[in-house]
Amino acid sequence: MSAPNAAYPDTPEAEDTPPKRHEWPLWEIFIRGQHGLNHRHVGSLHAPDAEMAIKNARDVYTRRNEGVSIWAVEARHIAASSPSEKGPLYEPSQSKVYRHPTFFDIPEEAGHM
Amino acid sequence: MYAQMVKSTGDGVKSRDEMSDEERAFQDRIDADEKIEPKDWMPEGYRKTLIRQIGQHAHSEIVGQLPEGNWITRAPTLERKAILLAKVQDEAGHGLYLYCAAETLGVSRDELTEDLLSGRMKYSSIFNYPTLTWADMGAVGWLVDGAAIMNQVPLQRTSYGPYSRAMIRICKEESFHQRQGYDIMLKLANGTGDQKRMAQDALNRFWYPSLMMFGPSDKDSVHSAQSMAWKIKINTNDELRQKFVDQTVPQAEFLGLTVPDPDLKWNEETAHYEFTEPDWSEFFDVIKGNGPCNAERLAARNKAWDEGAWVRDGLLAHAEKKAARRVAAE
Repeated sequence: MSAPNAAYPDTPEAEDTPPKRHEWPLWEIFIRGQHGLNHRHVGSLHAPDAEMAIKNARDVYTRRNEGVSIWAVEARHIAASSPSEKGPLYEPSQSKVYRHPTFFDIPEEAGHM
Repeated sequence: MYAQMVKSTGDGVKSRDEMSDEERAFQDRIDADEKIEPKDWMPEGYRKTLIRQIGQHAHSEIVGQLPEGNWITRAPTLERKAILLAKVQDEAGHGLYLYCAAETLGVSRDELTEDLLSGRMKYSSIFNYPTLTWADMGAVGWLVDGAAIMNQVPLQRTSYGPYSRAMIRICKEESFHQRQGYDIMLKLANGTGDQKRMAQDALNRFWYPSLMMFGPSDKDSVHSAQSMAWKIKINTNDELRQKFVDQTVPQAEFLGLTVPDPDLKWNEETAHYEFTEPDWSEFFDVIKGNGPCNAERLAARNKAWDEGAWVRDGLLAHAEKKAARRVAAE
């Protein structure tokens, strides 16, 4: 147990937990394929810093010429929507079928549109 | 199969009446072939079984580098050496894809590694056999990777999204492995008398251990029944083993080699080969840690982990120092 924290009485004592593992942080890897596409998520890996993350991503995810550009983002910086919000989050777009071109009937005589 | 005898909940498959509302909704999604993603609700048994299975699979890829790494410096030509090096590097990559899939289930990479190193988690029994000659590189690629593909192809459809995506990637790369093995066997089988004998000897030693890769019959296993209901196992062990034998025997015949099973015969009626089961007492012995190379494999992994500690720590310390300097400069 650590000593009572006299200097900062409001601060709770540190918990008696085993030391944290010294693990390299997790990076999510995004790769742009060769055909002018967007970067696409391919997986993750561990690396000490961004530079090494990109080097490791080269070895792990592009051994067969899969890409021309790599993005590495530390996993803890990614904000994600929650699966339980799926309904309310996407519902507003479900009722707007007029956003799709097929909603409108254009007479054939008007030609290709 | 790279994951053998993975234990599930052990309670058998719950009936719909026994399931909670959450469990029923979960099973409905699986039955509808929806993929389960990391942040979705899942039964604790599903999560734990997957960690065991994906972890064991990942460990197999990593330990599987050792029997082949043994021959990189001794490959007969520079081309063969470069090819084998690329293959072994792929195995490392496959291990990493799988570890990252397992990590999405809330286990850390270091925990998985420590469980391998301490022997708490297993890897495939096949990697506890030695690779004694160059022909073994042929047999490993042809038979061992062949058996792995047999198992991995259906797993591309597994219910857990990250596992399925890792499997798709792995399968794309794996067929190079099997072909390079068969190519080695072809060359030896068509070579000198000594070379052909070497190829036959490799087939003799790897045939039954390859059949063991699928694990013992699990048609009555409660673990397998649960895993199949969750679609983290797609076929029974016997189905896959039969498929493997049916596919492999004609390939051996084409090489002019003899499968070491005097009772092997084609059954016209079932349109399958009948074959002798491997010696399951040997399998259980190897799983328990008494195979020819268990101690050597684990010692090699432990040595690599221990001796790499200063590199892992050093790179992290460097990264932290650089980050602190960047903050100070701002």
